[in-house]
Amino acid sequence: MSGLGILGLAVALFFGVLLFAALTIWAERRLLGALQERYGPNRVGPLGLLQVIADMVKVFTKENWIPPFADRPVFILAPSIIIVTTLASFAVIPLTPLVVMSDINVGLLFFLGMSSLAVYSVALAGWGSNSKFSLLGGVRAVGQMVSYEVFMGISLLGVVLQAGSFSLVDIVTAQSGLWYCVPQFVGFVVFFIAGLAETRRIPFDLPEAENELVAGYHTEYSGFKFAMFYLGEYVGVTLNSAMIATLFFGGWQGPWLPPLAWFIVKTAFFVAVFILIRGALPRPRYDQLISFGWKLMFPLAVLNLAVTGGIVLATGH
Amino acid sequence: MWSILRSIWIVLKHLFAPKVTVLYPERKRRLPARWRGRIILSRDPDGEERCVACYLCAVACPPSCISLQAETREDGRRYPSVFRINFSRCIFCGFCEEACPTYAIQLTPDYEMSEYERKNLVYEKEHLLISGTGKYPGYNFYRAAGLAIKGKAKGEAENERPPVDVKGLLP
Repeated sequence: MSGLGILGLAVALFFGVLLFAALTIWAERRLLGALQERYGPNRVGPLGLLQVIADMVKVFTKENWIPPFADRPVFILAPSIIIVTTLASFAVIPLTPLVVMSDINVGLLFFLGMSSLAVYSVALAGWGSNSKFSLLGGVRAVGQMVSYEVFMGISLLGVVLQAGSFSLVDIVTAQSGLWYCVPQFVGFVVFFIAGLAETRRIPFDLPEAENELVAGYHTEYSGFKFAMFYLGEYVGVTLNSAMIATLFFGGWQGPWLPPLAWFIVKTAFFVAVFILIRGALPRPRYDQLISFGWKLMFPLAVLNLAVTGGIVLATGH
Repeated sequence: MWSILRSIWIVLKHLFAPKVTVLYPERKRRLPARWRGRIILSRDPDGEERCVACYLCAVACPPSCISLQAETREDGRRYPSVFRINFSRCIFCGFCEEACPTYAIQLTPDYEMSEYERKNLVYEKEHLLISGTGKYPGYNFYRAAGLAIKGKAKGEAENERPPVDVKGLLP
């Protein structure tokens, strides 16, 4: 693609993802309401769709306050990291057979690297805020994300072994016969749980457990910087849903509908599942969370990798 | 593990359950008659004010939001020349209604009294006084009480016998 085409695609992707994340916020509030037999926001605009804009106006007109005890540069830098890393990961996801911003041959590693970098956001936010709640939230977030990062990567190696490539385009193309959710079901489950933990969503929202830590690592944030954390969470949810759709559910593949529509439908479905799990499950204790990760998910991921490796070695594909 | 999946399934089923929310401005619930809402001053069946300006409501009021000024008419009836309730302070506890000896002050099932300016929440007597009797249709304080006013001497009230001459010796 030409340089101008790449630039146009980048801008379109940027606004498309932000729009999708904003709609996710609306969908989450409506869906959570419906799960609790409420309506959710339904006043602003048709079906409450403009509620997101109202929220944005509200959050932008709030005071953008930096506490005097905070470490200013770190405090300002932290929220931008999460937005940058999550948005950058979308560059390697193939939206359609033709539209992919950069088909690098280590696309999956790029995604994993970016989601590892996102840890810096919460760590620096917790540290830079220089408050006890923030620090505790940041420490929890780092412990949780580093633990779950490990088997998130390992759970994906089964897919890599089967497809024989780290490139997401190749992985999607390799699923033309059978989606990887069938042979890699264990990997899918482990990746899904790790994705929940990576985006720090309920039931893995211990870093911002509001009944213990006020708001965890973003306790001291307000206004636009808080909005970046907030949006970053939803962009993260969208990213993880898109990755699940890409890696385990055939990405843009599907009959009748155009590829982009299939991709969006699959992503939206997994966003809805994320929201459903948020509505259903309570938060575990922190030691339960870590031991669940290391004692159950990690061996499961390794076992899945070993079995997949053996099968691939035996059958040759 | 099974219980987690089961709780997700149970929550998912609630997605299709009817909503419990009452969409308020479009749909309003019927409130019970004893609901404690906007305060009114009622009149007796003859159309006269029931309030006798005894100040008991003002005394009972926990946030002291009622203020009034008593006057006496030439026929002997007491009435409030000023009756003011500051609804920005009122807590709708209903103590004034309980304290009222004449059923004059009553709470009604009306709660839609939002205002854009705080001073509009101060209701004067002309805003409070209604033309009807409210919750006690037949009650008239001066006809039930033994107090003498013009046109009704002692002993002429309902269920009242003529006054006993305490200085007389006959039974």
